[in-house]
Amino acid sequence: MRAKLNTLENVLAATPVDLTADLRFGSGQVVLTSERLLAFDPDVQQWSEWVLAPDLSLRFFDHGGVGSLELHDSTRRLGLWRITLSHQTAVLGLMQQFERQRERLLRNEAYQVVEDERALCPVCGSVLPPDSEECPACARQQNAPTSSWVLLRLWRFAKPYKMQLLLGFALTLCTTAAQLVAPYLTIPLMDKILIPFQNGEKIDAGLVRFYLGALLISALIAWLLGWARTFVLARVSERIGANLRTTTYNHLLKLSLDFYGSKRTGDLMARIGAETDRINLFLSLNALDFATDVLMIVMTSAILFSINPWLALVTLVPLPFIAWMIHTVRDKLRTGFEKIDRVWSEVTNVLADTIPGIRVVKAFAQEQREADRFAAANQVNLEANDRVNKTWSLFTPTVTLLTEVGLLIVWAFGIYLVAGGSITVGVLTAFIAYIGRFYTRLDSMSRIVSVTQKAAAGAKRIFDILDHVSNVPDPVNPVKLGKVQGAITMENVGFRYGSRTVIKDLDLQIRPGEMIGLVGHSGSGKSTLVNLISRFYDVTDGSIQLDGVDVRRIAVSDYRSNIGLVLQEPFLFFGTIAENIAYGKPDATREEIVAAARAAHAHEFILRLPHGYDSLVGERGQGLSGGERQRISIARALLIDPRILILDEATSAVDTETEKEIQRALDNLVQGRTTIAIAHRLSTLRKADRLVVMDRGEIVEVGSHDALMAQEGAYWRLYMAQARRAEEDAEAAGVVTARAAGVTYDMQSLPKSHVDGSDENR
Amino acid sequence: MTLTTSSAPLPLSRNAFGRLVFLKDGAPHQVNPVRAFPLSAPLHGISLIGEDGKEVLWIADMEAVDPAARALLDEDLAAREFQPLIERILSVSTFSVPSIWALETDRGPVQMTLKAEEDIRKLHGRQNLLITSADGVHYRLPDTNRLDKASRKLLERFL
Repeated sequence: MRAKLNTLENVLAATPVDLTADLRFGSGQVVLTSERLLAFDPDVQQWSEWVLAPDLSLRFFDHGGVGSLELHDSTRRLGLWRITLSHQTAVLGLMQQFERQRERLLRNEAYQVVEDERALCPVCGSVLPPDSEECPACARQQNAPTSSWVLLRLWRFAKPYKMQLLLGFALTLCTTAAQLVAPYLTIPLMDKILIPFQNGEKIDAGLVRFYLGALLISALIAWLLGWARTFVLARVSERIGANLRTTTYNHLLKLSLDFYGSKRTGDLMARIGAETDRINLFLSLNALDFATDVLMIVMTSAILFSINPWLALVTLVPLPFIAWMIHTVRDKLRTGFEKIDRVWSEVTNVLADTIPGIRVVKAFAQEQREADRFAAANQVNLEANDRVNKTWSLFTPTVTLLTEVGLLIVWAFGIYLVAGGSITVGVLTAFIAYIGRFYTRLDSMSRIVSVTQKAAAGAKRIFDILDHVSNVPDPVNPVKLGKVQGAITMENVGFRYGSRTVIKDLDLQIRPGEMIGLVGHSGSGKSTLVNLISRFYDVTDGSIQLDGVDVRRIAVSDYRSNIGLVLQEPFLFFGTIAENIAYGKPDATREEIVAAARAAHAHEFILRLPHGYDSLVGERGQGLSGGERQRISIARALLIDPRILILDEATSAVDTETEKEIQRALDNLVQGRTTIAIAHRLSTLRKADRLVVMDRGEIVEVGSHDALMAQEGAYWRLYMAQARRAEEDAEAAGVVTARAAGVTYDMQSLPKSHVDGSDENR
Repeated sequence: MTLTTSSAPLPLSRNAFGRLVFLKDGAPHQVNPVRAFPLSAPLHGISLIGEDGKEVLWIADMEAVDPAARALLDEDLAAREFQPLIERILSVSTFSVPSIWALETDRGPVQMTLKAEEDIRKLHGRQNLLITSADGVHYRLPDTNRLDKASRKLLERFL
């Protein structure tokens, strides 16, 4: 590359080209210098070049994840390069530079080194937000690799309970030791009492009392210690579980909307509910048992070896086999259980899909279809379980068989040793008693494989959430917001959703207190722009600034507390109306709540409800009409007294009558605030200072209503189309109004049914 | 305007800028071909969308199009439908997402980042997969059973 350059020629921008013309993966480059555009074709592996000229232009399109960068002159296309969108930032950078050079050539100026006043990220080359050294684009892409030892990562949650865990462990150690006393006492019981008795000696009652007493005491101590151990450790694990659940939920709430867009409610609910519970169970029960078992094995082996090393060796022979078996089955079972988990969330997903949409299901009489869908998901679940069970069912009996064989070996070798006189009968019974416990422990230990895997699978899914970095990260050194003026500046804003470019190269300056109406067809990027301003997403390119500070440099919650949002579909939480109004400011006084409700024209209808402001509203605000819910959400926005107000189709879900009510409420809200309103009905935007007309992610017109009407452009077309529609509607409505006049939408939901309900009662 | 049965050749050509141009009632329109059912019926329902985003021509069936025009359409569609076929999964960085996969595709070897398990979309039947990478490229895997054992094992962990 360097060899291709002339002296005094500077590389201004470059982008990798990772696809060939026939769309195979390859590696090439497009380089812009101060004099030429050079391209290294990934296909033919050769450089081609074009001298920069004012009539050259670069164009970039993308579709389905592939971008096409084209070089045109005024008559034809000169070059075409295909690039996956992972290099989009570089491409856009190249295009901006190209444009700058072209403008320079148009002005007939010679190239001179211009220090770019804006700092660039050294990694990806995109423009850094002003006064900051972290690159938001790169921060988004960093993701720490996940370790496969997921369960060990739970240590982070166990750490605060270190001391209690240590106590629990000490208790476990003592319990196990106490449990091992009993079999040991069988040796003297056998050799000093029973065998001599068989040989004709009298039983020494005192000795019997001593040994039996010792047995009872060891059992009592083991019981007491066991209780203390389980209590302490269960307590700790319950706390770890609770902590895990809260942390996961808190993290979940901080994630951007992007995350929720790709996840389904059922799946997330399963993760936070069932998975944490499973981990909890694992910690409190299974892991505890396992630790005890391991201790037991170690201590038993020590005792066995101290009694008779040879017999001990024989006893322990099957152990490695079982260990090996456990190990081989482990992998198979783990993948199996992970699969079951995923399939299980498919089942819950069907439920989460259908139950909220039950009205649609019933309206279209698709109960059978939904039943089939559920049955299919359940069937897959069944199959996944069957597959795991095939391995799993073989596993436990095999362990049991090995246990039996092990016992057999001990018996055989023991009898041989007794016959040879190298051990007593008492020692053999003690061995049998020990390994009886020993192997049953191995059996239960084999169960740890599945529960560990299940817990690990659960932990993995939890950590999937915890490891997910918010797309809207909080800055490391947030800029403190003082009194916000409300000026919003958008500079070269671009946004890509997946492979789709939704907004490109958008520039807009909004003055403090100005009301902007966003107008355009649906899909023109209005809602996306509003989401970007609310910082539900971060821009892919360019920046959005509040009072000159890049919004990515302000703490998210700090920023949002300055934004009031009224959505098309107001969401009311379960609780009283007062609580819902005070949602953004929980410490609001009753006077403030009432004042906000008054300003939102919600006061009167709230008072008509049986419990006034203390009336409960349900999950989706049942019992209130769309207009009423909307006015509550306006009151909610009013109460936090935001400097910036966003109205996203606030009035489009209600009828014209209600719209007027809401409009009056909104007029109160808008005063003195920077307002960005989206509306389908252009009439709702009559108060806007400026209208911004958008089309396919770009601003096509900006101006006041009158100016835009005079232009007879895009806005004029939209307006005329709506005016025509309104006229037609009015004509059509004229026929019906007479009949429908008595029953408006609002009246049905108000508790004054005696007015017009008389007909139905008869 | 709709094209249904085999008729006269489509007045379609490529201009010097590499754009398809369709003559509708004698007036040239720059068009982009788009498939209406790219996955379930790729040859049925192809729409020629003009610069203004409006449909210029609806082609119900690609079979009805004359060979010359069809070649032009196919060229443009190919670029819009970059969907490498996964032939082998060489390795995955981790079994939890995001995970970086090293793939062998019919378009050559490539590294892909899987953002979430939900990005693996199951098309009719559980064997036919469409995997969307973090940068928006769609990878196709028409039949998981045809993969070699090692690849299938890696993939299993995400299904």
